[in-house]
Amino acid sequence: MTAPLLSIQGLTKAYPGVIANDDVSFDIAEGQVHALLGENGAGKSTLVKMIYGLVKPDSGQMTWRGAEFAPAEPRAARAAGVAMVFQHFSLFDALNVAENVALGMENPPAMRDLAARIKDVSENYGLPLDPFRTVGDLSAGERQRVEIIRCLLQDPKLLIMDEPTSVLTPQEVEILFQTLRKLKSEGTSILYISHKLEEIRNLCDHATILRLGKNVGECVPAETSARQMAELMVGDTLQTPTRTAKSGGEIMLKVQSLTAKSANPFGTSLKDISFTVRSGEILGLGGVAGNGQDELLAALSGELLTSPNTVIIRGKATGHLGPNQRRGIGTLAAPEERLGHAAAPNMSLVENALLTGSIRQGLTKKGFVNWKDTTQFAEDIIKAFDVRTPGSDRAARSLSGGNLQKFVIGREVLQDPDVLIVNQPTWGVDAAAAAAIRQALLDLAANGAAVVVISQDLDELMEISDNFGALNEGRLSNICPAAGLTIDEIGLMMGGAHGLDAPTQEVRA
Amino acid sequence: MIHLEKRPQPSRAWALMTPVIAVIVTMIAGGLLFAALGKNPIEAIRTIFYDPLFGEFSFYYRPQLLVKGGPLILIAIGLSLGFRAGIWNIGAEGQYIVGAICGAAAGLAFYPMESIVIFPLMIFFGALGGLIWAMIPALLKVKFGTNEILVSLMLVYVAEQLLASMSLGLLKNPEGFGFPGSRNFQSYDSAHNAELITGTGMHWGVVAAFIAVIFSYILLNKHILGYNIRLTGEAPRAARFGGVNPTRLVLFCMGASGALAGLAGLFEVAGPAGQVSIDFNVGYGFTAIIVAFLGRLHPVGILLAGLLMALTYIGGDIAQSSLSLPSAAIQVFQGMLLFFLLALDVLTNFRIRFATKGAA
Repeated sequence: MTAPLLSIQGLTKAYPGVIANDDVSFDIAEGQVHALLGENGAGKSTLVKMIYGLVKPDSGQMTWRGAEFAPAEPRAARAAGVAMVFQHFSLFDALNVAENVALGMENPPAMRDLAARIKDVSENYGLPLDPFRTVGDLSAGERQRVEIIRCLLQDPKLLIMDEPTSVLTPQEVEILFQTLRKLKSEGTSILYISHKLEEIRNLCDHATILRLGKNVGECVPAETSARQMAELMVGDTLQTPTRTAKSGGEIMLKVQSLTAKSANPFGTSLKDISFTVRSGEILGLGGVAGNGQDELLAALSGELLTSPNTVIIRGKATGHLGPNQRRGIGTLAAPEERLGHAAAPNMSLVENALLTGSIRQGLTKKGFVNWKDTTQFAEDIIKAFDVRTPGSDRAARSLSGGNLQKFVIGREVLQDPDVLIVNQPTWGVDAAAAAAIRQALLDLAANGAAVVVISQDLDELMEISDNFGALNEGRLSNICPAAGLTIDEIGLMMGGAHGLDAPTQEVRA
Repeated sequence: MIHLEKRPQPSRAWALMTPVIAVIVTMIAGGLLFAALGKNPIEAIRTIFYDPLFGEFSFYYRPQLLVKGGPLILIAIGLSLGFRAGIWNIGAEGQYIVGAICGAAAGLAFYPMESIVIFPLMIFFGALGGLIWAMIPALLKVKFGTNEILVSLMLVYVAEQLLASMSLGLLKNPEGFGFPGSRNFQSYDSAHNAELITGTGMHWGVVAAFIAVIFSYILLNKHILGYNIRLTGEAPRAARFGGVNPTRLVLFCMGASGALAGLAGLFEVAGPAGQVSIDFNVGYGFTAIIVAFLGRLHPVGILLAGLLMALTYIGGDIAQSSLSLPSAAIQVFQGMLLFFLLALDVLTNFRIRFATKGAA
């Protein structure tokens, strides 16, 4: 066996109060697709930041083809042949593809040569992309291609991909995988970060599993079941929600021809959305991020006002009512963005409990806050949802993402809503807590509430939804029973593969 | 290498300590400044901070503490509500002037009638004047999205022109031998904001300031409106989600700060200043911004900060006359106080780490 491309030995990085990486070692062979698997907060990001020269390890060392490798900055890592596609894109909407690529280069060639190279690379690797299109008009999948091509132009030896599929439809994922396999066949190594087990089984040769900063196991994904990997990742046996049967109940929430302009100039406006949710039903709404999820939640929670008859709750026209009026009639919501939207970062958990609890919990009297009852309510949430915090007087921002998410969901669930709308309820939450949150949603529905779950996690939606629909560019697909849907059908509902036929369109070169 | 590291939780201890440290650092830096001007720094600092309270003539200066602190506190309390919510009313000076003009005009309209209702009426119109002046930037903000900082600030200069016009025209004393300025309220009992207890400096404006401190404390800590104000400042999006109507909140905060500034103006013009004159305003509206921040936007903090600021005003006056320090030096001194406070503020949310080089 030849020397590995990159060998990591005993890397340790501590931040105050947390050890992000604790003595992590593994090797990446030439031409290997190596998965780095772990829950959010397991230390994956810190590890790749060390490889990419963004963070310096406290101890441990790396060798690159046998030579010592300690990049002081990303430029040094790039010079050695490491390229990275970040989860969040750094692209300028107003510039075209080629200009964006040029911005990331140290000595960009003339624009025409660069465009030709972009076309070359994109055709070579099956990533159709017109270098002269404005990035602002591209879908998330196409934007990712810009980032990938930007990396490929450096001719990397090691390509790091951080959760690349979180923004893609199933069809786009397949295109991406073909590209990655082609890269592999040419000898490029890929470090693939994800927590989606099926993808890893499908694509990767070898997997390293991190938990709480430690390397807890290695495996060959194709020979390991998803359940085994998940249990390594979580260090616990998974508790899958138990679905109770339900019958068609009263219509709790009816949305008809809801059209609303996004408050955000870069947001997606809602176009003619109609659906109903009955008592006891969970409606799952999928879709790639940025297709109107935030706006739909705002329109249902009352942050975005529409004409009265577009949102009807238990027969009452409520499109024109604000959030507190809707809370008054039993409609609660939990937005995706925890810090700054669902909770105020610098305020205590008690104060954050008041944020949505004041109406239904009767926490104010003639405008005066009953802090004693509010504290009790906050502590009830902490207890019922196992929120790990030293006390209810702590600032929301001091909680980890998963714990705050439990608090935010718990705050709404404990208020016993008739209609609950949640966006990304288990985003960034560890598997055990995610299962608890899903079970809470199922229990709520079993007790007769109507629940709308907006999520990008298709597995989650398939697990808990009775009916399924998908948002695509502000429109809603038909609603189908979730049972029996195939991945292909879901993909088509989500808008198919963006830009599969793009290269034939308006090429001006 | 010095690193700033974000604290998981804002430090309470540092939030209380930073104003004290800022005052001490200002004394040191101010002392250096005075030394550079050729004055004995210890004597200068003593003159500013010690003499007004315990010096030879302190019987005269101590009441001034309340006279100067009252309007500062009253205005700063109003400003702090808006500042807490992220609504920046910088034009309190203008609202102060317009409140003074309106309140004084209401009183002078009855001259020389004597009645017990005149002073309350003046108070009402003083608050109303300030409120209306503050509503201009507030309405422009909610209707057209203009920046309240710019509009309220520019309206200060409009108000100053209005004041000049009033003291030379409409409100000029008909028996004043042609001198600019209105009738003197000291010789008009029904309208005079007299000292309530002789020798203390306590007048109705100081009473109003104390009441404002108590109300503001209750509002911010016990009432949902105060909660909404704090929430909006902390996380505007969360506030919307929590059902806060941003338009109403802007109008409330601007209105309250304008009304309180107007009240301060009225109490000043009917009491210590005595008449509407071209330059009766001495910048309380601007200094109150420093007071609000020095007091951590907290009602009790503002009370203490207002008194401290009054002290530097009085001490500065003494230093000017007895040590012939230039008045600009005193203003620099007050500016330094805000500067150091804001700089040290970092410590509330961050801690400093001294890391040895290389191990970063």
